[in-house]
Amino acid sequence: MKSYLSIRNLNVRVKNGPVILRSVSLDVAAGQVHGLVGESGAGKSMIGKAVLGTLPRALEVTGGEIWLDGTDLLTLPPAERRRRIGATAALIPQDPLTALNPSKRIGPQITRRLVDILGWTKAEAQARALELLDEVHIPDPVRVMRSYPHELSGGMRQRILIASAFAAEPKLIIADEPTTALDVTVQKQILRLINEMQTRHGTALLFVTHDLGVVSKVCDTLSVLYAGKVVEDARMHRFFMRPIHPYSRALLAATPTYTDPTGSLTPVPETVISAVEEEVRLHDVRAGQ
Amino acid sequence: MRDARGDVKRPIGLRLWLSGGWLTLLVLAAVSAPLIAPKDPLMQDLFLGRMPPFWMAGAEPGYLLGTDSLGRDVLSRILYGARLALIVALVAGTLTCIIGATLGLMAGYYRGWTDRVISRFVDIWMAFPPVLFAILLIAVLGPGLMSIIIAIVVIDWTRFARVIRAEAMSQGAMDYVASAQVAGRTRFGTMLTEILPNVLPTIVALLTLEMGIAVIVEAILSFVNLSISTDSPTWGGMIAEGRTSVHQAWWVLVFPLITLFLTVLSFSQLGEGLKDRFDPVLR
Repeated sequence: MKSYLSIRNLNVRVKNGPVILRSVSLDVAAGQVHGLVGESGAGKSMIGKAVLGTLPRALEVTGGEIWLDGTDLLTLPPAERRRRIGATAALIPQDPLTALNPSKRIGPQITRRLVDILGWTKAEAQARALELLDEVHIPDPVRVMRSYPHELSGGMRQRILIASAFAAEPKLIIADEPTTALDVTVQKQILRLINEMQTRHGTALLFVTHDLGVVSKVCDTLSVLYAGKVVEDARMHRFFMRPIHPYSRALLAATPTYTDPTGSLTPVPETVISAVEEEVRLHDVRAGQ
Repeated sequence: MRDARGDVKRPIGLRLWLSGGWLTLLVLAAVSAPLIAPKDPLMQDLFLGRMPPFWMAGAEPGYLLGTDSLGRDVLSRILYGARLALIVALVAGTLTCIIGATLGLMAGYYRGWTDRVISRFVDIWMAFPPVLFAILLIAVLGPGLMSIIIAIVVIDWTRFARVIRAEAMSQGAMDYVASAQVAGRTRFGTMLTEILPNVLPTIVALLTLEMGIAVIVEAILSFVNLSISTDSPTWGGMIAEGRTSVHQAWWVLVFPLITLFLTVLSFSQLGEGLKDRFDPVLR
């Protein structure tokens, strides 16, 4: 299977500071959903940001390759890289409350991408935006297009962001914890919507989350990240049947189940944590960091 | 989903009415000063020195707010003084705003060395005592309208730079900025189309505040006799003059003082009112 996004040995660190990503490699096949799981601080979001070129300015990429559709992004000059990312990739952000510009109406915020990236006319973009809003099940799209973000609910805004991510028909979408900021009932609808849109448009999706339950519902393959290092790479089915890495096993064991609501949760054991820490340390020694 | 409140026009608040009303009145007075001023503001008449305002015993008809120790009409001087005050407020306020906001926006959004250079510069600048700095500047440049304006800009651009930098920084961390960049927008373009509209309400509030401050600074400089020229009527000059004879003729001091007070208050209230109105989140 051809991978649309292929990250090879990506290293990211804080300038003159700690290492954030340790030789991360992962692949997202065309039209597939790849999950990226790990606890907070593991560096999951940073992978997405590195791909999209929106890493915080305090961080720097110190090595590796990011192949997007056969081109290594890191070798491109900045302007060219920005253009290429804009044309082929999009982001579904974590927090729908800060992801829309509060001082602009919804309509222009969606159509702007179509005008910028695809060079459409305003009228074409307008028509397409209405279609998209309808596609993400927003009632009364005409009125929503004229609204300001603060007039809409969180779930509604996340739908708009999904619509706008799919607007320019990107080949790759990075969803950075798209349901974390929403409450549980809305989460489920949004997940279903992302899945539906992904299937219909055949987009490759990198799904960043800390929630294994979510991963099991939407992903085809996944990577488990710990302290900036990929500890396990697997197909979905295999991972849930036979996780290999002890950390993955502990993580799975720690997931609450609906079948046994009264059962107590199993924390990830100390021994597993220290084993992974050791693994990470050894990696750093080998890498000479 | 909530209602589209953005489509509903809110009534203009009392604050905006009062402050806007006073400033409009002032602008009209300044523009039409030659037509409405009852006397020549520079005309002295030593026989009519220290005449009280019209409601007091011994008032001279035609001199509504009384005269100063040289027999000049207080009302006419206040009206002409409004011209200088407003010119200083508008020109100095706008220039300060443009310089300070531009630097602040760049520092807060670009961060990195741009921010370091601008922020250190601001820190060093702010270490100078402002009034002393202004007096020194005017001593070097020589008194005059231009000098006053330059002095105000030079002292106060740091206020804008600081506030706008902080604002731009917090806006820059929002996801919508990242989204705009992912969509292939340049950093400069993002700054103009995404960040600027969101710091605009703050810029407007600061700008009007700055206009009030400009009026005060001009008054302070007149007070120490470093303003425009001693015979053109300025509020600060009138206050300074009135101070010496406050026991015999309080009106010479009090009327320009009230005018100054109301004007500065109106500027700051206008700013707050406009900010509330233009901020899409508060609206």
